Amino acid sequence: MSGTDKNVPAEQTPGTPGAPGNPGAPSIPGATGTPGATGAVGTPTAPSAPGNAGKPGKPEKESSASQVVREIMSGSAMISVLAVVVALVIGGILIAITDTRVTTAFGYFFGDPMATLKAIWASISEAYGALWRGATYDPGARTWQGRLGIFETLTFATPLILSGLSVTLAFRVGLFNIGAKGQIILGATFAGVVGFMIELPPGIHLLAVMVAGAIGGALWGGIAGFLKAKTGAHEVIVTIMLNYIAVSLVLYLLKNQLRDPSSSNPISPRMHETAMFPLLLGPNYRLHAGLIVAILAVIVVSWLLNRSTLGFEYRAIGANPRAARTAGMLVSRGYITVMLISGALAGLAGVTQLAGTEKILDADIAGSIGFDAITVALLGRSKPWGTFFAAILFGAFKAGGTSMAINANVSIDIVAVVQSLIVLFIAAPPLIRSIFRIKEARSEGVSA
Amino acid sequence: MAAPNVRCTSRDQYPRRWAKTLKLELRGITKSFGTLVANDHIDLVVESGQIHSLLGENGAGKSTLMNVLYGLYSPSSGQILVDDVPVNFSGPADAMAAGIGMVHQHFMLVPVFTVAENVALGAESTSFGGVLNLAETRRKIREISTQFGFDVDPDALVEDLPVGIQQRVEIIKALVRNSKILILDEPTAVLTPQETDELMDIMGQLKAGGTSIVFISHKLREVKAISDTITVIRRGKVVGSASPDASTTELAELMVGRAVNLTLNKADATPGAETFKINNLTVMNDAGQRLLDDVTLSVSQGEILAIAGVQGNGQTELTEAVLGLHKHVLGSITLDGKELVGKSVRQVLDSGVGFVPEDRQDDGLVGELSIAENLILDLYKSAPYSRAGTLNRAAIAKNAISKVAEFDVRAQSSQDAADTLSGGNQQKVVLARELSRPLKLFIASQPTRGVDVGSIEFLHKRIVAERDAGTPVVIVSTELDEVLELADRIAVLFAGRLMGIVPGKSSRALLGLMMAGLPVAEAQEQMKSQSESGTTEEGAQP
Repeated sequence: MSGTDKNVPAEQTPGTPGAPGNPGAPSIPGATGTPGATGAVGTPTAPSAPGNAGKPGKPEKESSASQVVREIMSGSAMISVLAVVVALVIGGILIAITDTRVTTAFGYFFGDPMATLKAIWASISEAYGALWRGATYDPGARTWQGRLGIFETLTFATPLILSGLSVTLAFRVGLFNIGAKGQIILGATFAGVVGFMIELPPGIHLLAVMVAGAIGGALWGGIAGFLKAKTGAHEVIVTIMLNYIAVSLVLYLLKNQLRDPSSSNPISPRMHETAMFPLLLGPNYRLHAGLIVAILAVIVVSWLLNRSTLGFEYRAIGANPRAARTAGMLVSRGYITVMLISGALAGLAGVTQLAGTEKILDADIAGSIGFDAITVALLGRSKPWGTFFAAILFGAFKAGGTSMAINANVSIDIVAVVQSLIVLFIAAPPLIRSIFRIKEARSEGVSA
Repeated sequence: MAAPNVRCTSRDQYPRRWAKTLKLELRGITKSFGTLVANDHIDLVVESGQIHSLLGENGAGKSTLMNVLYGLYSPSSGQILVDDVPVNFSGPADAMAAGIGMVHQHFMLVPVFTVAENVALGAESTSFGGVLNLAETRRKIREISTQFGFDVDPDALVEDLPVGIQQRVEIIKALVRNSKILILDEPTAVLTPQETDELMDIMGQLKAGGTSIVFISHKLREVKAISDTITVIRRGKVVGSASPDASTTELAELMVGRAVNLTLNKADATPGAETFKINNLTVMNDAGQRLLDDVTLSVSQGEILAIAGVQGNGQTELTEAVLGLHKHVLGSITLDGKELVGKSVRQVLDSGVGFVPEDRQDDGLVGELSIAENLILDLYKSAPYSRAGTLNRAAIAKNAISKVAEFDVRAQSSQDAADTLSGGNQQKVVLARELSRPLKLFIASQPTRGVDVGSIEFLHKRIVAERDAGTPVVIVSTELDEVLELADRIAVLFAGRLMGIVPGKSSRALLGLMMAGLPVAEAQEQMKSQSESGTTEEGAQP
């Protein structure tokens, strides 16, 4: 309930004291209205609707699962930043205690405590230094490719931006789209069919590939939306199952219809050159035009959510489907359309992965992108631009992780641990709040 | 949970069983939540064997105070004294052990358990091997039931009992635990007028039997009828106490903090053409049960028809059917001769229906969206708020500023989320939105539920203004006071059926009989025979 006070009364005029003519009522001081002093009074626990007691059988407003998601989503950006910081700190501790230099130095800790501290510092700074240089700029690298890791970061970030947007958009309508993986696979498969089976002039071919990929993803997402709207089937279950089906389906196709005849492995032929995203920085870097598509998608989704009537419907449905229905919005149609759009975005992520980086379709085209997308959306507070920056952070982890493994001899699994810790801390806002003693604030209006 | 309860039944209660009455004192109780001070140095003395009413608006801090007293919250400062001995409650078990019982606004009963099982819950006596022994509990229930005329069967399933009886089960629960002070939190909110009268009788008998009662309410009439002492709380502070002889106006002023006009000065209706007609309307749920059964009524332009009845007798279904929210609807609903059954919600709204849903938080507002956005929640597709699928933020903000001013919504900024508003202000937002376009029909369910007295006055005036502008108005309310205040004609629903339509000035007793399920003719008959035998119920007249 609201904590603010209702009905700040007009100042009582001196002529109307508390209880006129009540002999048995010696009004206690304060009865004569001191609004200034009591301006903040109000009870946060006061029940708002007394008559509700008469409806004991009233169904719960929303499932507890979506309430948890709501809780996570309503946190502030500060929580996201702090979650990353805490995860990196714990990651640092793990790096230190698994480093033999540190454990050796700890052996004579009481003889030379500074040696241990130095070793810890050296260990952590080396590892994170390598991570940072690998993800951004490494002056010491021998090749140009190695030197400018930032472009590798952006390459990794591209499909994460698109699939993260997919999850973000569905979140805002109250749907938990776990199915980015399946939608990426379907998008890549559709794109692949157009990309290596059909010949089209340059430009048009790439466009056709993108459209096909979006349709593939939309189809897969749309199934979940349709089932949710028409039968109430929970989208989490449906999308998880669709992920399995997608993996098996693409594997079947790769073993049969789509298989490269010259290979014994279940992989497709290479995409035609005309179907591929042009490289943005020449052949030395993998960065491709898919990034531009991703950035455009961020702008479009941002506009859609905040400036369009459709986005207004989506936000209303996501926050309170019953009120949305009462206001004349078609909730089930909202579920279907958002899953179509969400699936299309994930499908485009599959396109950038296939037509930008991989160039050959295999069953593992989605890799861990499908699930990283969920983390990215969570970290981005399900805001389009938040998702964009979260995706770049995760791209940096990926790009820098390799460099950290090679140059600092730290297991690449540490990166996975840090990523998992981020999820953990985001999913438990109270934990972060208690670590940093942040007061629980009301969720601000969804306007950004 | 079980351990402390067992302790209180076995050890602490026996001496108190014979202690006839208990005096309760609260000294300087302060309870704050962060920067909010919900209770600010509250002093309260409940003399033994008295009915002490706590009167205050929603959100004044009554429930917080009682939760402190019942051990659910620990006070930030201040002291609780039972029989002049300071006590320290760390939980409800301690409060119960000290002889304090509470009947919550929302019952704490397990629906699939019997009365006896519910009463025993938390203080089960078991025989050898952990077998539940309910015989003793049954005996106690019968004893209390006969003593106070409760008429409760210990073996009935709670889910089969009407709300009024369920409430008695809650009272029995407290009495079985030897409560000498009973806290009743808004007990009449869910009752029919008759059930309310019965509860008042029970309270009188409990008092005679030596139980002190703290009665929490915001209904002036009830408070005046039953109390020995009245303490008024406003904004977390005790603002005064009054004797039950104080006039309603005085109490209202004390409660709200300024002069309140309790009676609405409305002119008589000048009904025009009958433009809104409901014919043989039946609404069923998915299982085919009739929630609304063959209802026929009509409303004229410039007239307020109030639909009275106890919560859950088909009112919700009636209004939702008009809006097109129900799937299984038979019969016809016409507005200006156009059929509404089968239309989508959008189409119904577009045909000029203003709709205020019963539950503003669930159905009327999207709490996370801003006040400005909520003010266009069902208008976002029309000019000037959007064009070609793009929202016009300037127009939305401008509309918000004018509506917030016109309806006196107390908010920091119209860009704040709607759920930061108090209940009364949220309701103003809903009404502002629904009354802000030309209407051919205005339907409002519980337009002032949970709204403070000051806002009620304002909202009622707006509704009457809409009537005077020539719109047919339908008001659904479970508050008889509100029905009598607003209605030009009153329709009463019971179990989904229309009991009849009576003039707006009908008596409470007649409406009460109809709300309990008597068709209008039989109800009038019974009234007549009662007045002939001279047994009209006291206090039942408006």
